[in-house]
Amino acid sequence: MARRNAPEVNAGSMADIAFLLLIFFLVTTTIETDSGISRKLPPIEPPDMEDVTLKEKNIFEVLVDDAGNILVEEKLMDVKDLRQAAIQFLDNGGGNGNEACDYCRGPRDPESSDNPDKAVISLQNNRQTKYKNYITVQNELVAAYNFLRNREANRLFGTDFTAMEKAFNDPEYPQSKKDKLEDRIKIIKKMYPQKLSEAEPKR
Amino acid sequence: MSKFKKKGDGGTPAISTASLPDIVFMLLFFFMVVTVMRDTSLKVQNVLPYANQTEKLDKKDLVMYIYAGKPSERYQQQYGTEARIQLNDKYASVSDIQQFIFEERQSKREELVPYLTTALKVDQETNMGLVSDIKQELRKAEALKINYTTKQGNSLANYE
Repeated sequence: MARRNAPEVNAGSMADIAFLLLIFFLVTTTIETDSGISRKLPPIEPPDMEDVTLKEKNIFEVLVDDAGNILVEEKLMDVKDLRQAAIQFLDNGGGNGNEACDYCRGPRDPESSDNPDKAVISLQNNRQTKYKNYITVQNELVAAYNFLRNREANRLFGTDFTAMEKAFNDPEYPQSKKDKLEDRIKIIKKMYPQKLSEAEPKR
Repeated sequence: MSKFKKKGDGGTPAISTASLPDIVFMLLFFFMVVTVMRDTSLKVQNVLPYANQTEKLDKKDLVMYIYAGKPSERYQQQYGTEARIQLNDKYASVSDIQQFIFEERQSKREELVPYLTTALKVDQETNMGLVSDIKQELRKAEALKINYTTKQGNSLANYE
C-alpha cells in the first residue's frame, strides 16, 4: 500500500526553542579571563642551610600593620609615595668598583643599595593585616620593578618590558621571534632581578 | 486616484520570519562555544581587591583555584563568620591543601604539571594570617607558582 506523504512538521516554534537555549547560555557565559599578580614562592629551605647575611643598606623593609599603615624602614609612609621610594631604592646604584651599576640613574647615595642585583625588598605583614592592604603594597612594589624594567627595555630595545613579556606568553606569537625575545627578557631580568621577599608574619 | 488606492490596499507584505531560527541558532552556537560553566559554586564571600600590575591567566585548565573568605550569608548560621578556605565545592582546613594540590596534579597530564599555577581568590577583608598559612602549605606541596587574583583597577582604591 503506497503511503501518502507525511504531513510537514510545523517549525514555527523552532525559534522559541532556540531562544530558550540562547538565553540559558547567555546567562551562564563568563567570557572574561582572570588576571592577577603573579608571584613565585620561595622553596622551603633545608634546615641546615646557613643564613645569607645581607648588608642593612641593601634591604628595603616594608611592613604593613594591622590598620594598613605602611612602615618603610620603621618610618610611616603614605601608600602614594611607596612606588617612588622603592624605585629610588632599587635604582640607587651606590656601589663602587665591582659593585657599580652603570645603568642606574639614582642618587648614588652610599647609605642606600649598592646595585639592583643586591637590593632586596622585604615585605612583612602581621597576621591581622587585611589582604587588600597587602595586595596594594604588593602591587606598588611590582609596579616599581616594572617601571625600571620598562625604562631599560625602552633604552635598549625600544619597547616596553611588559609588552615583551606579554608577547612571549602569547601562544600565537611566532616561535622564531620568541627566542630573541627570551634573550632580551633575560637581559632585562638580570639588570633588575625581582628580589621581593615575603617574610612570614611576625605576629 | 483609484489607481493609487488599489496599489496601497494590500499594505506592506509581512516580513518573512523563516530565517529567524537560523539567526538565533547562529547566536546560540556562538554562546555555546564561548561558555565556560562555573565549575564551583562559591560558599565564601569573594570581593577581590584591585590591582593594575596584573598578568592574565589564560589557560584555564592549568589553574588550580583556592578560595578564601568569610562564609556566605546563608552559611553563616552554621559556620560562623570566621574566614575559611574553600577547595572545590567544600569548606576545607589548611591541612587539606596539600592533598588538594596532589589530587589536582594527578588529574593533569604529566608534562603539564610544571605549568600549573595556583590562583588565590581571596576576599579583600581576609586577614593575612590565613593567606600566609595557605602560602606555607603551598610551599610544602611545592606548588610555587601562585597568582593573587585581583580585579583590574587602581590599587589605591583599596585604601578607601
